[in-house]
Amino acid sequence: MSALVVGNDDPSKRTPLVLGGHDFKSVSDIICRPVEAKAPQWWMIAFGVAVSGLCLLIAMLSKLVWSGIGVWGLNNPVMWGWDLVGFVFWVGIGHAGTLISAILFLFRQKWRTSINRFAEAMTIFAVMSAGIYIVFHVGRVWVAYFLFPIPNSMGIWPNFRSPLVWDVFAVSTYFTISLLFWFVGLIPDLATIRDRATTKTRKIWYGIFSVGWRGANRHWMNYERAYLILAALSTPLVLSVHSIVSFDFAVSQVPGWHTTIFPPYFVAGAIFSGFAMVVTLMVAARELFNMKDFMTMHHLETMNKIILATGTMVGYAYGMEFFMAWFSGNTFEQYAFINRAFGPYYWAYWTMVSCNVISPQLFWFKKIRRSIPMMFIISIFVNIGMWFERFVITVTSLHRDFLPSSWFYYSPTWVEVCQFIGSFGLFLTFFLLFLKFLPIIAISEVKGVMPAANPHQPGEEH
Amino acid sequence: MTTVKLYGLLAEYKDPSALIHAAEKLRDAGYKNFETYSPFPIHGMDSAMGIKDSVLGWIVVACGATGLASAIALQTWVSVSAYRVVTSGKLLFSFQAFVPVCFELMVLFAGFGAVFGMFALNGLPKLYHPLFKNHRFRTATSHGFFVTVESSDSRFSLEGTARFLQEIGGLSVEVVEE
Repeated sequence: MSALVVGNDDPSKRTPLVLGGHDFKSVSDIICRPVEAKAPQWWMIAFGVAVSGLCLLIAMLSKLVWSGIGVWGLNNPVMWGWDLVGFVFWVGIGHAGTLISAILFLFRQKWRTSINRFAEAMTIFAVMSAGIYIVFHVGRVWVAYFLFPIPNSMGIWPNFRSPLVWDVFAVSTYFTISLLFWFVGLIPDLATIRDRATTKTRKIWYGIFSVGWRGANRHWMNYERAYLILAALSTPLVLSVHSIVSFDFAVSQVPGWHTTIFPPYFVAGAIFSGFAMVVTLMVAARELFNMKDFMTMHHLETMNKIILATGTMVGYAYGMEFFMAWFSGNTFEQYAFINRAFGPYYWAYWTMVSCNVISPQLFWFKKIRRSIPMMFIISIFVNIGMWFERFVITVTSLHRDFLPSSWFYYSPTWVEVCQFIGSFGLFLTFFLLFLKFLPIIAISEVKGVMPAANPHQPGEEH
Repeated sequence: MTTVKLYGLLAEYKDPSALIHAAEKLRDAGYKNFETYSPFPIHGMDSAMGIKDSVLGWIVVACGATGLASAIALQTWVSVSAYRVVTSGKLLFSFQAFVPVCFELMVLFAGFGAVFGMFALNGLPKLYHPLFKNHRFRTATSHGFFVTVESSDSRFSLEGTARFLQEIGGLSVEVVEE
């Protein structure tokens, strides 16, 4: 039956979200299995690699703190390089998680249930990687607390008219709310693991973190309300975060940054890159954990459609930037954009265009949308392209700033490169721990979208 | 030997549909202190049990308003009084520039209100509960559907309620001690 349904194009029938004829018990069994079984060998190897990356990050950050920010290749005028590129790259990836967990929830997109946990975890770990960049790029990291309005003996307070301060509030609020949202979603599933636990350690730890959840209907009522409210709060929040990140650039007067298109363009790009990262990770995880009945081809195809839509928006924004530069009649603005495409950093610009604009267009073909190797390759291309987008925006705008006498070329040092590799180590270390110790699919939500969960089944007089 | 206090009766039901019918019958029979347990929220259960809507929204509104007010107060005080620095000729009180932080703190406080308000309304964290001693109840978070009637209910009687729970489809009825 499932084979018939997979290719179902009849719009009057919904594609089933759970395949393989599962009942409630087998859903719990399959999703809890990675938590209850011994870690597989591939996990141990991957974890070893990820922790080495994390150690690399710690080494690079230690070098940075020890020697000062001169270990990076920054110069005047390029005072922001891989640090800001890395920050925007990671914070952008996080946005897909919130989009899936909050916006798709409000739109009653039930297919999100089997991927939201996964995507939210990705959000949290990506924002952690972004946070490392933000904290350490200030140079003197021991005074990073100046970013927050903390009373201090010098009587210094932040300047609330600066977008950089808005950014501190936006990113820290975003991280806190994402973490709470994720934790609230986890509570019933942690209780499931607690009640199935066969070892004492598992019983104690999952018992503590499931805060005594017992599935009472009065609890579910408040719980569902809290979930709905968090979704309603996160939806404008996620739009605001990347808008504010774009204000870091747009509120300044550097040609190439000072444009009103930045907030929507950044948000579309963030969702684009985040969905690509979800596809990359999900293609691997559904294979390795054998969860194809829950993370179905239908899910992957739907995500590829969103990648296509947001990729097209990003392409439109690239075109519109050029149009506005020409239409404004401002020669400095025009120079900034021509220089972007044909100046010293032309290679970065064309890498960005081919990865972000051209490669997702292949998803117009259904065959490619439903091909695992193709979607994996395209999602990697999009990840690369979105990194280059941030590089193009940050570096090409700065390296030709106001005074030609100060124009300069920027290349990263090995410390910056290794720090970026290390930031993947941080991300993957936490992500692998998540894959092993937490249910990677929202068990209670998946059960809720199964036909058997509906108390008003056909044939009942209700 | 100390006498153990009675918490109530626990009955298991076959599926969501049986559970919702049982809740309706308990409600119609005049029971108040009963509760249903399921691995996922069942739609229509709130009215079947006859319980009032959640008040969480009002808690969140109050917390959000507090967040907004504190953001306005903090930024105004810092910019106008505590640390007067004129940047790019902007006014000390430039409310337009204060909007992003106002929004963020409002969302942050409202989010805390939603999560911790939900915990407070549900009486969580609560690491011990009489039901956790029951072996059968462990499936309530996986695939079991249960009803409890607490002994504090005015209509509760050990035998009468047990019989009633069985009549309305209970597969097994057990006593739960405090």
